Amino acid sequence: MVESSLQTGYVKHAPGFVENEGPKLITSRFKHADSFTLDKYLSTGGYEGLKSSLNRSPGQVHDEVREASLLGRGGAGFPAGIKWGFPPEGVWPRYLVVNGDESEIGTYKDRLLMERDPHQLIEGVLIACYALGLSQAFLYVRGEMALAQERIALALDEAYEAGYIGKNILDTKFSVDVVMHWGAGAYIVGEETALIESLEGKRGMPRLKPPYFPAAIGLYGKPTIVNNVETLSNLPWILNNGASAYKGFGSESSPGTRMFAISGHVKRPGVYEVEHGVTTFRELFYGDNFCRGIRDDNELKMFIPGGGSAPWFFQEQLDLPLEASAVGAAGSMLGSGAMVVMDETTDAVKACLSVVRFFARESCGKCSPCREGTTWEEKILQRILDGDGRPSDIDLLLDIGDNISPGPYPAAAFSDEGLDAVPFPPSQTTICPLGPSSVAPIVSAIRRFRNEFDSLITRRDPIPLSLEVEKVVT
Amino acid sequence: MTDITSAETAVSITVDGKKVTAKPGELLIDACERNGTYIPRFCHHSRMQPVGMCRMCLVEIDTGRGPALQPSCMIECSNEMVVDTQSKKTIKAQEGVLEFLLINHPLDCPICDKGGECPLQDQTMAFGPGESRFIEEKRTYRKPIPVNENVFLDRERCVLCDRCTRFADQVAGDSLIHFIDRGNKTQVNTYPDQPFSSYFSGNTVQICPVGALTAAPFRFKARPWDLTEVESTSTFDSVGNRISVQESRDRVLRFTGVDSDSVNWGWLTDKERFIFEAYSNENRLSGPLTTNEVAEGSQKHAVATSWSEAYEKFVKAINETTPERIAVIGGSRLTNEAQYIWSKIAKGIIGTDNVDAQLDDGFSPEVLLSLNPSTIDKTCKPGGVIILLGADPKEELGALYLRLRHAILQDQCKLIELTPTKTGLSQLATHSIRVPPGKTLEAVKALSGEPSELEDDILKELTKVQKIIKNNDSISVLLGRTSLAETSSIVEEGAIKLQEYLPKASFLPLLRRGNINGAIDMGLSPGLLPGRCDLEEGSDKLQNYWPTCPTHKGFKTKEMFEAATDGQIDVLILLAADPIMDFPDSQLVQEALDRIETVIAVDIFATDSVLQADIVLAAATATEIEGSFTNLEGRISPIRKSVTPPGTARPDWMIALDLVQYLVPNLGPSTFKELCEEISLVSGIHKDFDFSKVEQIDKEGVVLNRGKNKTQTSLIKIPKQKANSFRLVVTRSMYDKGVLSAHSSALKGLAPGSRIKANPKDMEKLGITSDSTVRLIGLKGEIQTRLTPDPETTRGTIHALWNQDGPDIRKLIDSSLPVNDLKIEKI
Ligand SMILES: Cc1cc2nc3c(=O)[nH]c(=O)nc-3n(C[C@H](O)[C@H](O)[C@H](O)COP(=O)(O)O)c2cc1C
Ligand code: SF4
Ligand code: SF4
Ligand code: FES
Repeated sequence: MVESSLQTGYVKHAPGFVENEGPKLITSRFKHADSFTLDKYLSTGGYEGLKSSLNRSPGQVHDEVREASLLGRGGAGFPAGIKWGFPPEGVWPRYLVVNGDESEIGTYKDRLLMERDPHQLIEGVLIACYALGLSQAFLYVRGEMALAQERIALALDEAYEAGYIGKNILDTKFSVDVVMHWGAGAYIVGEETALIESLEGKRGMPRLKPPYFPAAIGLYGKPTIVNNVETLSNLPWILNNGASAYKGFGSESSPGTRMFAISGHVKRPGVYEVEHGVTTFRELFYGDNFCRGIRDDNELKMFIPGGGSAPWFFQEQLDLPLEASAVGAAGSMLGSGAMVVMDETTDAVKACLSVVRFFARESCGKCSPCREGTTWEEKILQRILDGDGRPSDIDLLLDIGDNISPGPYPAAAFSDEGLDAVPFPPSQTTICPLGPSSVAPIVSAIRRFRNEFDSLITRRDPIPLSLEVEKVVT
Repeated sequence: MTDITSAETAVSITVDGKKVTAKPGELLIDACERNGTYIPRFCHHSRMQPVGMCRMCLVEIDTGRGPALQPSCMIECSNEMVVDTQSKKTIKAQEGVLEFLLINHPLDCPICDKGGECPLQDQTMAFGPGESRFIEEKRTYRKPIPVNENVFLDRERCVLCDRCTRFADQVAGDSLIHFIDRGNKTQVNTYPDQPFSSYFSGNTVQICPVGALTAAPFRFKARPWDLTEVESTSTFDSVGNRISVQESRDRVLRFTGVDSDSVNWGWLTDKERFIFEAYSNENRLSGPLTTNEVAEGSQKHAVATSWSEAYEKFVKAINETTPERIAVIGGSRLTNEAQYIWSKIAKGIIGTDNVDAQLDDGFSPEVLLSLNPSTIDKTCKPGGVIILLGADPKEELGALYLRLRHAILQDQCKLIELTPTKTGLSQLATHSIRVPPGKTLEAVKALSGEPSELEDDILKELTKVQKIIKNNDSISVLLGRTSLAETSSIVEEGAIKLQEYLPKASFLPLLRRGNINGAIDMGLSPGLLPGRCDLEEGSDKLQNYWPTCPTHKGFKTKEMFEAATDGQIDVLILLAADPIMDFPDSQLVQEALDRIETVIAVDIFATDSVLQADIVLAAATATEIEGSFTNLEGRISPIRKSVTPPGTARPDWMIALDLVQYLVPNLGPSTFKELCEEISLVSGIHKDFDFSKVEQIDKEGVVLNRGKNKTQTSLIKIPKQKANSFRLVVTRSMYDKGVLSAHSSALKGLAPGSRIKANPKDMEKLGITSDSTVRLIGLKGEIQTRLTPDPETTRGTIHALWNQDGPDIRKLIDSSLPVNDLKIEKI
């Protein structure tokens, strides 16, 4: 753990969880070194939410979650209680799948939840299974997260042993099996249908929705609820304290707290549990309780508000609240809660390239526009940076983007250009939003920093006037 | 498409402002095409599940929530759907996708086999942007890598449409090619060190929409525009797959499958696809041969002769003996027309009934004729039950196997296997029951609730099967030979019993050899005359056309050989039959041939049997003749001429018509047309069939209504297996030492070789391992071999493949026995 180094100001790599003031609904145990053990979990109120659920009917538990308007934390922000109601009647078996594949650039909150409080997640899984009448859950953990896998495995063993998972949980008729499975290192298996393919033992490639909406036709063709790690980690608290207490935090449309992972040029990067909907970006980046400002007190140039797929924000969006609807209307998204802050020293073209390169490398290869288009974009950007850009490249980049994601691409308003925001999400010629995600940094960078592209493209390295020819000694 | 939308269920959609009707559940791309609007596509293939991978078929679809770009290959038509295939957005998206597909495409069209018939070329011309804006370096891969012996993959050309990989997985069930790597480096490939070993791999070449997959026999042989093609029927096995035969400069260069709804759906086995190489092999017989008159005892020596001399010798041989001392074997390679005229020569002119197209490897025609007939579609009826009594469709009738696989996997058919060995379908079977060899009848008895001497665990499973059968009114039986080392009666008795028990069940006979069903229809069987009638009922109809007609049922092949060893046969005519290779009891054949005075062979290659013939008449093959074919359903479809035969080789029907003139001058028919007319006049089942219009038959062919006879077989007694003996089971595999494969460079090396298998527990008991050499001892002969332990082999049996390199398993078969039990001795 590297928290100690945080006090010294700016650190290059986002280090981990930052303890600060404010309500802590899901990170309350993070301060304990042994937070991941069953003993610690039980001594800090663990599995009480499960017990209180088992005392109610599954329908009542579902109602409580619906009432809490718990929004999905995987990116789309869809209310969990409503999603749970989607499986078509009478089709069994059904499954719960926990999405722990977290791989979006800058996102590392689920990893902390899995490493530091695996029992809280397991309890959330059990509550969800109880509410939905399920007896089988799968926990899909990203391939590279060795510590998370280890801790979850340990926690599952402990929980089976102690009778929280398995047959007749806590001597009730409720029985559940939870299986952990890990990926082979692909961002795309975070997309729920690709994750399901991967769970089925196939190559992780998304399925087309419709018809493959997981809640209707999911794992093994059966109704499947896919929820994010953070979403489910909220359940123990909600069942312990009630929906109305939960709604006491955050704003009306975005209740509770959220974990935001902030990286980049701030003085105190890390993961913060923040009250949803009330805090603003400005407060988060500059507030004493949070990131404490930009490194070297530089000017903020731009920031990514919610994962690499999100169109960029600038100074003028700093006062937006951390709330999905407000951010969406302004032309971007809160997505997975990963923010990357870039100061005035940042090269917009390079920043753009590194995000585009990520998507190009992570494309699953299924759709022609994404497979071919993202790499084409990457190659053009690289060529521009290498000094071989052509004036036509800018229109070309925008048009490639238009062929992956037709129509006006969502972008924050540019007051200086008198443009209105196009709301998120974009349209797509692809199956999943990964391909179109590569367009976000391109449109953002070109619209705002066209001059940087132009100067790279029109740059002429001086041609040396006299060429020194080495004399050949005969 | 015969299926017309019925008024109540039809869905109404608007395509480009025009109202059209779609079938419920029909994919938009198909509905549009049926109504005249072609939407470009790469991944969509109507015989496979949609994936929506290439994104080429994007069109603007409005289902009430405003127009949105959607892949039309994934969207089912719904009422009031409005589709715009010409909107600016649609066109931009389609141009965009084509540009993406082309940026890394090598555009090596001038040296690409697909050039000229390439969907990528065609659709680029029709829907593409016209120009590329890509100035970066293209993706490169090593130029073609072999994915198996015959198929090459050029990853640079691949557009990653998932057709080949889906075919391998969904259709063939051999998912040995897959995507590897990701993003821009995504590529099709095999697993390391595991070739794409599939009997069906050639189909991937056919469905690849670019030149990424090519097949060795066609690579760099011709440009598509130099090919002339005719639609014909594959005569290789009895499924009668529809094919396109493609020729350039009088040489067949390619077979491709034609999508026939009721038969092969466009698929072919590799064997059928590449067999044409044998037809143009330079070792083909190109003219008639006779043997020198040589001194007694010295080796016969074949020399070329003229057709007239060969015919005269033929007539002389016939005239020197009496009809009952003449035998005719074979005929399944022939067209229906040639079969008829040979039937007339044998039975109606010579007057012998010793005529049999089967080599003791099929069924008695009387039994077949007494069973309810079926078709492939009927067998595969969604939700039905399919009972497999014998033979492995995957090994014997590949295209049928693919249909059955689809029926089970996609159409909820239930397969019940009652076979002595595991088959290619066992994994998909609802119940795969190992019936010990010789016990088929017992299994059927148990099914129908009669006492049976089978073991308890089998009986238990059969009780479960009973329930499935009771609750289903579509029951089809696939009737094949369980083993070539046992008499066909074993399965025949089972079939007859099964029909008694399930009077509504229909039967599809899995006789394997090409046009064997036509041969039976035309009377190339003892006791039968053209039109499937017996000697008594048929002779009336024939008397105006046939000078004579046998009155007593003649010998079947086995009996002919037995009679020959007793000196009762003087002349043997082999109609493209190679009994030395194909008859189960090889010793019997050799003894018989040694005693026969004159052997006459009509064939295309100098097979082992032809080499022993005194008169050889060189015949044409299926690509060199006009005629028709009857498949296992009784479906007649045309065989079309594409090239000329080598040298003076002649179509079988011509040879036969010539011989008619030599035998009985001025007896008709004398032209092909007259021949066709005569068939429809004399054969009841071909009554309404106009053979002269055979080329006008559409690709579904015409299924004959063949009716059904009554029959009675006498029960044969199966001897009890002695303790410590092993019952021999011999089955066919797709590739063997057959003469055609041997003459096709693509197929030559594919036979798996001898692998004689035993249950490991039995081996352990005998104290033998896979390294020990053992002696297998049958009644007539013995072989030395090693045994391969195989837990799937039923205990107390030995399982061997037919006609492979290695020890000759036929030495162990005595065809006078109903089953062959062996002793194993360790050396
Ligand atoms: C390209 C892509 C990557 C995604 N990656 C993740 C991920 O790593 N973790 C995650 O929880 N959801 C991810 N999602 C969202 C999931 O598809 C899904 O919406 C989410 O798991 C649902 O959980 P929730 O309703 O609890 O948010 C991704 C979506 C896309 C399109
Ligand atoms: S958009 Fe990209 S990542 Fe998503 S399914 Fe298509 S190819 Fe795969
Ligand atoms: S090899 Fe051909 S069939 Fe296979 S994915 Fe590539 S383009 Fe499609
Ligand atoms: S044909 Fe529809 S996506 Fe390929």
